[in-house]
Amino acid sequence: MGHTLAVEFAYWQTTIFKLVMAFVAVLIPAGGTVYLYLFKMVSFMQSRLGPMEAGPYGSLQLMAEVGKFAQKEDIFPARADRFVFAAAPYVVLVSTFLLVLVVPFGPDAAFANFDVGVFLALAVSSLSVIGILMAGWASASKYSLLGGLRAAGQLIAYELPLVLAVVGVVIQAGSLNLQRIVQAQIEGEIFGWGALGNPFIITQFIGFLIFLIAVQAELAQVPFDMPIAESELVSGYMTEYSGFRFLLFFIAEFATANIFAFLASVLFLGGWSVPPFVTDLLGIDPYSNAMNVIGPIVMATKMLLLTFVIYWVRFTYPRFREDQLQKFAWKFLIPLALVNIALTGFFKVAF
Amino acid sequence: MALVPGVIKGLGVTFSEIVKTVTKGPETVQYPHAKEDPVPRARGVIALHEDNCTACMLCARECPDWCIYIEGHKELAPPRRAGGKPRSVNKLDRFDIDFGLCMYCGICVEVCPFEALFWSPEFEYSEPKIADLLHDKTRLGQWMTTVPEFEPYEAGAQVKGKKVPR
Repeated sequence: MGHTLAVEFAYWQTTIFKLVMAFVAVLIPAGGTVYLYLFKMVSFMQSRLGPMEAGPYGSLQLMAEVGKFAQKEDIFPARADRFVFAAAPYVVLVSTFLLVLVVPFGPDAAFANFDVGVFLALAVSSLSVIGILMAGWASASKYSLLGGLRAAGQLIAYELPLVLAVVGVVIQAGSLNLQRIVQAQIEGEIFGWGALGNPFIITQFIGFLIFLIAVQAELAQVPFDMPIAESELVSGYMTEYSGFRFLLFFIAEFATANIFAFLASVLFLGGWSVPPFVTDLLGIDPYSNAMNVIGPIVMATKMLLLTFVIYWVRFTYPRFREDQLQKFAWKFLIPLALVNIALTGFFKVAF
Repeated sequence: MALVPGVIKGLGVTFSEIVKTVTKGPETVQYPHAKEDPVPRARGVIALHEDNCTACMLCARECPDWCIYIEGHKELAPPRRAGGKPRSVNKLDRFDIDFGLCMYCGICVEVCPFEALFWSPEFEYSEPKIADLLHDKTRLGQWMTTVPEFEPYEAGAQVKGKKVPR
C-alpha cells in the first residue's frame, strides 16, 4: 500500500528517525493534552483559570512541573526492594512506548505494520499491570500494596471488555492489521452510500462505548481510580515514589491515555483517513503520499476529540466502589460485549 | 440503566461550566495582579484602639489560644472637675497579639467592653520568621486605619445607647 519515497534511506537512518518520532508521538501529545485538558479544561470546569504565570496563559507550566520533579530527591523506602522499585516505572513506560509502535499515522507513516496489530496492542497494553504490581509490591508499604493489587484486579477485569469490544471491529474489517482496518473504513459503504466511508463508530457504537469505558478503567482514571484513590490509599502504588520516578508514572499515565485515544480513532473513527468525499473533492488518492502528511494531523485531531471525552468523564464523575467496579465489568460490560460480537457476526454473515 | 440520564446530565453540568468560564470569565481573580474585595466583616487582622483599652484583661482571659499578652500599670490622671480627686487609670505597657497562635475566632473583639479591638480585612502580613507574627501595640494600632466603618443600623432598628467613639 502507498508509495515509497524517491530517496532510499539506510536501515540505521530509518531506525533513528523512527526512534525520534516515537518519542515525539508519545511525549508531544502527552504534554499537549496535559496542558490543554488537565491544566486548563479542568480549571474551566471549576470556574478558575488554572496556571497563568509560566509563559503565555501558563503554557510552559508543564516545563516548570518537570523541572520541579527532576530536582526532587529520589527517595527509596527503607525496606523497599531497591531494584524492583527502581525498575517498575520503566516497565510501565515501556508498555506505553510499545503501544505506539502499532498505531498507523498514515499509509506509510507507521512505526511497524504488524499483521496482528490489534492483538499486539492489546497484549502490550496489559504489560503495564506488571509494572504496577512491581511498584506496589516493592514499595514495602500497605497503601502501595493495596493499590497495586487493586490495579491488577481492575486491569485484568477491564482487559476483557476492551478486547471483546475490539473483536466486533475485527470481525467487520476482517483483519487484525490496523492498516487494513483503516482501509476497510475508507472503502466501506453505508447501504451503498460511500461518501463517508464506513467509520466503525456507526455500526460498532456499542463497541465504541465499551472500548472508551474500558480504556478509562485501564488508565485507572476517575471514575475507575480505585487503585490510586487518594482519599483512602494516599496515591496507591505511586505513594512511595518521588521525583523523577513519579514523573515517569505521570508521563506513562497520560501518554497511554493519548495512545489509547489514537487506537480508538484508528479502530472506530477511520484513523488517519479523511472521509472519501473530502479526498474526492481535493482530488487526491486516499493512499497517496500526501496522506502521510495529512494523516498525522487528522489523527491528532481525532485524538484530541477522544481525549477530551476521556478527561471530561474523568473530571465529572465520583469514584466507583471496588465491588461496583468489578460488578460493572463482569456483569454488564462483558455480557454486553459478547452480545455485540454475536450480533456483529450475525450481520456479517447476513449481509 | 436507570442511571443513564443522570450520567449524561452530569456531563452537561461540567460542560456548561466550561462554557460559562470561557464566555463570562472565572469566579476567581489572579491574586498578585488583582485583589478580591474583602467581605465587610472579613476577619483579616485585629486592630487595637489604644486609647479605649483599660487593660481589663478580659480579652486575654477569654482568648482560647492565650495569644494576647497584656501588661499595664496604674497612673493618676487629672480630676474631671475642678477640686476633685485625681482619677486612677490603667495605662498599657504592652499589648501583643501573636498571630502565629491566633485562630481568628474573634472572641476578644466580641468580649471587649470598651470597643478597643476591631476586625480589619487586611490579610497581607505574612512573615518569613514566625516570631515576627507577634504584633505589638504600635503595629496593632496601625491596623486601625484599615478598619471599615460600622455597618449602618437596619432601617427601623432602634439605636440603643451611644457607640464608643474610635
